[in-house]
Amino acid sequence: MTHAVASARGQALRRGWFRFRQSGLSMLGAALVVAVLAIAIVGPWIAPFPGHVAGGVDTANRFLAPSLAHPFGTNELGQDVLSLVLAGTRISVLAGLGVVVLGTLFGTLVGAVAGFAGGWTDEVLMRLSDLKLTIPGLILAMAVAAALGAGLLNMVIAIALSWWPGYARLVRGEVLARKEEVYVAAARAIGASPARILFRHVLPNIVSPVVVKMSLDMGFAILTVASLGFIGIGVRPPTPEWGTLLSVSRSYMPDFWWTAVFPGLAMFVAIFGFNLLGDGLRDVLDPRARR
Amino acid sequence: MLRFVLRRLVLVLPVLLGMTVMMFIIARLLPGDPVALAAGPNATAAEIAAYAAEFGLDQPVTVQYWRYLSGLLGGDFGVSIFSRRPVLDDLLTYLPATLELVLAAMFLAVVLGIPAGLAAAVWRNRWPDYLGRVAALAAISMPRFFLGLLLQLGFAMWLLWLPLGGRFPIILEPPPLVTGFLTLDALIAGDGTAFATACRHLAMPAIAMCLSPLATIMRMMRASTIEVLQQDYVMTARALGLPARQIVFKYVAKNAVSATLTVIGLYFGWLLGGTVLVETVFDWPGLGLYATQAIVSQDFMPVIGVAMVIGLLFVLVNLVVDLLYGVINPKVRYS
Repeated sequence: MTHAVASARGQALRRGWFRFRQSGLSMLGAALVVAVLAIAIVGPWIAPFPGHVAGGVDTANRFLAPSLAHPFGTNELGQDVLSLVLAGTRISVLAGLGVVVLGTLFGTLVGAVAGFAGGWTDEVLMRLSDLKLTIPGLILAMAVAAALGAGLLNMVIAIALSWWPGYARLVRGEVLARKEEVYVAAARAIGASPARILFRHVLPNIVSPVVVKMSLDMGFAILTVASLGFIGIGVRPPTPEWGTLLSVSRSYMPDFWWTAVFPGLAMFVAIFGFNLLGDGLRDVLDPRARR
Repeated sequence: MLRFVLRRLVLVLPVLLGMTVMMFIIARLLPGDPVALAAGPNATAAEIAAYAAEFGLDQPVTVQYWRYLSGLLGGDFGVSIFSRRPVLDDLLTYLPATLELVLAAMFLAVVLGIPAGLAAAVWRNRWPDYLGRVAALAAISMPRFFLGLLLQLGFAMWLLWLPLGGRFPIILEPPPLVTGFLTLDALIAGDGTAFATACRHLAMPAIAMCLSPLATIMRMMRASTIEVLQQDYVMTARALGLPARQIVFKYVAKNAVSATLTVIGLYFGWLLGGTVLVETVFDWPGLGLYATQAIVSQDFMPVIGVAMVIGLLFVLVNLVVDLLYGVINPKVRYS
């Protein structure tokens, strides 16, 4: 990379950061996301009752209302709800990230190949992704997750399987547009191989729409993970996944409302943060969406 | 236009066909033993084999698939290996409940979302706009099942205003079946009490489901209204001194709605597939609850049936949306 290109990129970044900072909501989103990520990293260690996270129970202290000792109360097994929510952050964030990354990798590959190869390959790959888009994603993910059996990894794979077509379409469209650029013609004239052109010249130029979509999808992926947990497919107790926590504590409402409300609120705050951040990033990186 | 409609309908066939292939692949190639699950925990190997033979599940997958396809042509969607009931009967029982819920949610979303988006665009970058945008993002971020639980907690458990779940109390006589929509059937029967009861049951699930389409419709409407407001003819109307209210409601709103219409069509399909969570929370006897129970027991014929019905409805609704463009904007031609 030449010096001129590097400094131009640096300038664009600085300008983007300036625009991002102008919006209070984007900054709030960034702050929430940083907090969620920090809790995802240290959550299990700062949990006040680490024993409960590992599955330990304390039946003498079942269903204690929120207090100083237990800010979020305790559940039907006497476990500290705050500890479970903190530890659950890592599971939800990791699972959400897993879904988005897997979906992006596979979708980008399919979209890039379809757009770059064109013709027959394009037709087959795109009809396949149309098909996936027609089947309701949640039902597909549920069916695959149930067939694969319980477990975090199986659930991530099941959701990612219904996740990639969006990326495939996006990347295909971008690749089709970039393919006609002069620099691609130049690279081809020098004798660069199709793979080199794709990975070295085309893909780096379509990173920003993909990143925007990833950040917009992150909240939705966390939501889908929690949905499967709530239905009872996917992660099983005692793994403290937010949706699973909510589904178990549902039966103890209204008297022991705190067992359901706090995991739900954690979910909402995390998803809201990622959505605010995604919206802010889109405004900065995608000039077409700016109004 | 008839040719346009027919061609679109014919194009649905390969999609449905592909859907059956994909669901068969999931059902038969992934690990999991539905037959052993259905036969029960105490079944012997011989009993399981007999059970599999009864449903033709001992045949090669290709034979099973061929049987299923030829059955479909005669309107046979297969049999549930759990209840042994024909899937088609179940689909016809549960579909109206889901449709009623989705239509109610969509109605709320459109009736509230379009004016909200219009208002946000007219007051662009002032406080109603900011408030609306934050509220819309919060609404999209709210898990439907959590909102459903909060509504239950507030309105059904603490305030005791609304029933906790279900579609109609078992102890009451439902209105005579005409459309399958309890609210409509009650109106047709002229039964005011039944109508009120049905509406009270419908209220919370519909609210829990409408939030995210409401927010998306509002955002779309805001964006397209801003675009229309910058058109020359709006400036002309302003220059002519037409009152602002007349410009917005008579000229801008109509043109802005047509872009929003696409979102409404897409969201309809999304809602149909997304009723699962809300139906689980509110015990709403619809396709989502039916599909969930079938998936948990790995009973795949009902799952394929539900996916096909939803896919078909999705395509039909989007066809209607495409036709509506022509009603709203006579310049649209079908080719």
